[in-house]
Amino acid sequence: MGTYVSTTERETKEMLEVIGQKTVDGLFCHIPEEVKTKGDLNLPKGISELEVRKKMENLAAKNIMFSSIFRGAGAYNHYIPSIVKNVAAKEEFVTAYTPYQAEISQGILQSIFEYQTMICQLTGMDSSNASVYDGATAAAEAIAMCKERKREKAYISATAHPDVIATVKTYCFGNGIELILVPEKDGVTDEAFLNANLYKAAACLYIQQPNYYGIIENAALIGEAIHSVGGKYIIGANPISLGALKSPKEYGADIAVGEGQPLGLPLAFGGPYLGFMACVEAMTRKLPGRIVGETKDLDGKRAYVLTLQAREQHIRREKASSNICSNQALCALTAAVYMATMGSAGIYQVAIQSRSKAQYMADKLGEIGFDLVYNKEFFNEFVTTSPGSVKKALSTLESNGILGGFPLTGDKEGTILWCCTEMNSKDEIDQVIKILKEV
Amino acid sequence: MNFQEDVMYTESHEWIKFIDETTVLIGITDFAQHELGDLVFVNLPQIDDALTVGKTFADVESVKAVSDVFSPVSGIVCEVNQDLLDAPQMINEAPYLAWLIKVSNISEQKKMLNLEQYREFVAQESEK
Amino acid sequence: MELIFDKSCEGRGCSILPECDVPIVLPSDKDKRAKKLNLPELSENDLSRHYTELIKRTYGINDGFYPLGSCTMKYNPKINEDMANLPGFTKIHPLQPEYSVQGCLEVLQLAKGYLCEITGMDDMTFQPAAGAHGEFTGLLLIKAYHANRGDVKRTNIIIPDSAHGTNPASAAIAGFTVVSIPSRTDGCVDLEKLKEAVGEDTAGLMLTNPNTVGLFDKSIVEITKIVHESGGLTYYDGANLNAVMGIVRPGDMGFDVIHINLHKTFSTPHGGGGPGSGPVGCKKLLAEFLPAPTIKGTKVLSFEFNSKSIGRVKSFYGNFLVVVRALVYVLTLGKEGIPEASKNAVLNANYMMARLSDLYDMAYNETCMHEFVMSLEGLKKETGVCAMDIAKGLLDNGIHPPTMYFPMIVHEALMIEPTETESKETIDKAVEVFRALHTMAKENAEALLRAPISTPVRRLDEVGAARYPKLKYEYT
Repeated sequence: MGTYVSTTERETKEMLEVIGQKTVDGLFCHIPEEVKTKGDLNLPKGISELEVRKKMENLAAKNIMFSSIFRGAGAYNHYIPSIVKNVAAKEEFVTAYTPYQAEISQGILQSIFEYQTMICQLTGMDSSNASVYDGATAAAEAIAMCKERKREKAYISATAHPDVIATVKTYCFGNGIELILVPEKDGVTDEAFLNANLYKAAACLYIQQPNYYGIIENAALIGEAIHSVGGKYIIGANPISLGALKSPKEYGADIAVGEGQPLGLPLAFGGPYLGFMACVEAMTRKLPGRIVGETKDLDGKRAYVLTLQAREQHIRREKASSNICSNQALCALTAAVYMATMGSAGIYQVAIQSRSKAQYMADKLGEIGFDLVYNKEFFNEFVTTSPGSVKKALSTLESNGILGGFPLTGDKEGTILWCCTEMNSKDEIDQVIKILKEV
Repeated sequence: MNFQEDVMYTESHEWIKFIDETTVLIGITDFAQHELGDLVFVNLPQIDDALTVGKTFADVESVKAVSDVFSPVSGIVCEVNQDLLDAPQMINEAPYLAWLIKVSNISEQKKMLNLEQYREFVAQESEK
Repeated sequence: MELIFDKSCEGRGCSILPECDVPIVLPSDKDKRAKKLNLPELSENDLSRHYTELIKRTYGINDGFYPLGSCTMKYNPKINEDMANLPGFTKIHPLQPEYSVQGCLEVLQLAKGYLCEITGMDDMTFQPAAGAHGEFTGLLLIKAYHANRGDVKRTNIIIPDSAHGTNPASAAIAGFTVVSIPSRTDGCVDLEKLKEAVGEDTAGLMLTNPNTVGLFDKSIVEITKIVHESGGLTYYDGANLNAVMGIVRPGDMGFDVIHINLHKTFSTPHGGGGPGSGPVGCKKLLAEFLPAPTIKGTKVLSFEFNSKSIGRVKSFYGNFLVVVRALVYVLTLGKEGIPEASKNAVLNANYMMARLSDLYDMAYNETCMHEFVMSLEGLKKETGVCAMDIAKGLLDNGIHPPTMYFPMIVHEALMIEPTETESKETIDKAVEVFRALHTMAKENAEALLRAPISTPVRRLDEVGAARYPKLKYEYT
């Protein structure tokens, strides 16, 4: 078996002598005999590192790695620069705990402060926290931030990612916020419904920009609608899009959240990812989770520390508005290194290339009968029809090592949600077209 | 420990200053601010909020603690000390000047202590 | 040191991307970003050095002893990292067709089987991303269970006052009323108080056992029985599972639902605060409410969406790569290594406690589990040196301080958890440091009040930071 215990038998004896016990089992004397586990657990015998490696490599080999990916729908295949992986793998960052002991944690604290600054830059907001679990829980936490006495109804657009809507629903089942789904019309949030039905005491409205179908929402006008009834405006944004598109602040949002995975995190079968959250100054003290602030030490040196802690669960207990403790700090660090590596120009490039390749692919697909379902401006995802069986089209691509678009279901059955990033070369796109033409 | 002559007190360490029979200023006592340490933020109610006797209406935060402030009266908040939002340390520096809220239309009030009673109560608390 | 923004210089940068090979399409003016985006511009060399400089100001488990109570800072094996970085895991899109992700599904299925066996549960979800997220999920299972039976008056969750802050916070955001019950002076649940608290409005009890003062609650069987007899369910906070693996299982103690922290008990790293993973296990009676999707099948695995599920608590399937690491750990240790880890965790804690108990006041003078709590109240009265000062003194000696001022029921608490992966020598050295600091408190308290002096920065102005929050770099 493998072990990470270093104590030898002789040392165990010495230690037991100091304690005044005869056996290690004696240390467990307080546990009632009737519930103690009799015999061994039903687990396999421990194995060596070499054997573990083989077993895990075999498991990994049961998955299929596609050489080109045209699927997004909440998880995006962007290029991850070597330095990003390298920095995020440094064992000091990897093995540290939450930086409660600021004097020996300035590295982590400063990295979070820098991350917060970059997220504020990207979103246009005033304050950012140090991350939450993912984009979906960030949306749920943002909605909880807006709950006030007499404002307990929240709106969410049906054009948000289905997992986001589902997660928000679950949180609202818990915290008692009444959730109202704003229907979709022609691929975007139904503005007419919103204008006709917004409740006077609405707490907030959440929309996704670009939305689940890749379309750029009429976000400024939608924001005016919710503000007109005094509710807060939450935009869930794709962080890469913010290199080129208006920031949530520019659309009038009070809170910006989103899935940070596109910022240097691998697809990794869905996690760990990163939920980013930022808001306007007036809402700073409602932000959940950890926040790092700048201060000085005894000698007047600039330093960083976890601050505004009285918001948090370890102090406020049942009165806290969020229970988050562990977050996704290492993923936030990864995102910060990614943003610093790419710089403003780099993020802009990623955004524009993704946008441009999506347009190229949409045009080419249109030529072979995969027509755009919505005639609206999109970012790097778009929905098409399929001239034949969706299943057959996708499985043909898969047998050629290509993961095609995501087959939509429900009332969108028969359509495909495609995605392009800077990773998809023109040749790859042409290859997809060639294969589909022959299906 | 400082006490003030012209105010009433509660066992939860609020002070109450009567402006007239139905209007009061409410703050927290020197003992309370001392126990809490350096205050960093105050959460205050909004004007026109209705207060219920014995219910919390505000909280005060230090770096590592947060403490509720309980209303000794039922009434309507008619003024809020906005200065505290930017300078909560005023409560540490001069607790009897740093009122939190002004309440009017008082309909009910809980049992309050006078100076001597509160002084004695604090002495007992300190011994614990 | 300088911020990354101070080091930025316009026109610098890293070269990463090729030219665009299709016609450029820009966003329409209506949606084009107007405000300039300011991100750092550094050469790759400068960037690399910046983070190396930050690393030197960071303290991880690899830097030294890290006895942070209730956090289980055990060694994070390197093979775990290697396996989590296999391209066959990292390059898998979460929405690939099921036939193409059989390896990932098998990882989840295997981990579920092993962790259910260790905890005595019947089923498990890996969606929760952290312990608190697991608590929230587990409590929603309890809520759904009562709701499904039409038992709507069960709105209270009973929580001892010694609990982690996440317990009452999770109960509150799950829509429950928190009923806090005082602990006995020995830190365990007061059975009389519990009996008074339970009733027709009891949805459940949340309990950490071994409890937050490091003791195993001897009355555990009676506790879970009292709650069950009232019609409530029992929630086990797995924060301290590292003490009892292979010795006793929460399921056998009478718990219905649990969360475990893979980033504590199962050796996955903390990453400076996360990502963790907080899988929730439950008995059969709650399985139908688990977050969707769950995994079914034996040879060919697939996702299943149960109609009674509480829904999602997160996108996709949780922090998958963290589960990979935990699986590697369980496979490595196996049926012999898992109990061995717990036994040595308890041995190390008792040894360290025994070696300090003549000098320091222990909050509870009895055999502890994997951690113990000291109270520095006496020392503070005598010398003016408090728990915080001893902690800061440890920093000057290259040791990460224990958890301070928790649990709240012990004054001037220091909570020490050595974990099983520390050698006797490491503990012996740490004991010498603790003893020396005690002497220093008596002989030269002034010096301790000034500690630390050898760290990159000294004590910080936390009051100033909270009064005048500066939460980001301001571009001029």
